[in-house]
Amino acid sequence: MIEMTIDGIPVQVEEGSTVLDAARFYGIEIPTLCDHDGLSSYGACRLCVVEIGKGENAKLVSSCTYPAETGLNIRTNSQRVVSARKMLVELLVAMCPSSKTVQDLASAMEVKQVRFKVDKTNDCILCGLCVRMCEEQMMAKAIGFVNRGKNRKITTPFDKKSDVCRTCGGCLYICPACELRCQGPAADTDLCNACVNVQPVCLKEEDNKMCFLETCGWCYEELGRKNNKKEIIKK
Amino acid sequence: MANIDNILKKHGYKKSELIPILQDIQAEDRWLPCETLKYVSEKLDIPLIDVYSLATFYKSFSLKPRGKHVVTACCGTACHVRGGPKVLQELQNQLHIDVDETTPDKHFTLETVRCLGACALGPLVVVDGKYHGQMNTKKVASTLKKYSKKKK
Ligand code: SF4
Ligand code: SF4
Ligand code: FES
Ligand code: FES
Repeated sequence: MIEMTIDGIPVQVEEGSTVLDAARFYGIEIPTLCDHDGLSSYGACRLCVVEIGKGENAKLVSSCTYPAETGLNIRTNSQRVVSARKMLVELLVAMCPSSKTVQDLASAMEVKQVRFKVDKTNDCILCGLCVRMCEEQMMAKAIGFVNRGKNRKITTPFDKKSDVCRTCGGCLYICPACELRCQGPAADTDLCNACVNVQPVCLKEEDNKMCFLETCGWCYEELGRKNNKKEIIKK
Repeated sequence: MANIDNILKKHGYKKSELIPILQDIQAEDRWLPCETLKYVSEKLDIPLIDVYSLATFYKSFSLKPRGKHVVTACCGTACHVRGGPKVLQELQNQLHIDVDETTPDKHFTLETVRCLGACALGPLVVVDGKYHGQMNTKKVASTLKKYSKKKK
């Protein structure tokens, strides 16, 4: 058994697990994108960053690939982690704004603006899930990463129909970019998250209706703002 | 055509020797045709996509036919400020090809590189591994001439 602390809580995990496994086991949420049960860890999206180490030696690592070690002091929600995560998700949105998964992650982190140049033509975030799916679950090895740098992409050998592809659709199933984002009123803005950016009609005031937008967070936001105002007025 | 079987044998059909094998083939044929990659992947029992990924990753492997002489112009910072772009333009004009292209007679291939670590010699043009320093638009023609086909 390995003993370490996550967010100040002492935890015990089995040898060979990753920091992410440990956090999940204890119900501590870390957002992930390129990690999937049944596939090897790859560490492509970096969304699962956590902070380890002390003082000047503190550093950010990807929890899905970092092995649990005795004595580790892991912070999953420090200022540094949260801002790194937000920037990463913004970069992901900029890379592939059409993906529902990415947009949802951005919404969940209440990202309201993308500071980077958005590429609306790109439809892949190079997370490698499809490649691992094809290799590890479908035993096909039909697709892979080709070229490098800014030309890196996923394709079959020579961009031709592959002889070994089973046309199982596993790669499509697992791809986080294949599911398109909400096609609602603001379908071609950089950030879809209508639920964060646009104030939804609040149903709280209506007695006979129930709100299902639990993750919208607007109520809390409003509440916060009102409280602030009150405080300001008081002062 | 390189004798691929010989090259494979030389490396003992080892999977780990994929890069040296491809290098040897490239050294003989100057490029890696699709059939060659397929053959190597079958013989070494490596999935074709892995061979293809590797061959497209390294810039020294070419999946397009290359000419007899490879002309590489440096586009690094030092060469750039010393007039590298003009030299490159002159090379393109004289060879009538773009970067990463080969002349129709398969004699010259034009490539670019980011800094060869010999900035003092800039602007630098390398032909078949031989460095031609302090290049300028006037010297381009004479340099290319050295490598042109011998007139019979
Ligand atoms: S459809 Fe083809 S490429 Fe996609 S996972 Fe299945 S075998 Fe691999
Ligand atoms: S195609 Fe989809 S699954 Fe594959 S790397 Fe791109 S985003 Fe990931
Ligand atoms: S989930 Fe860890 S890097 Fe993507
Ligand atoms: S910039 Fe050309 S050799 Fe360094």
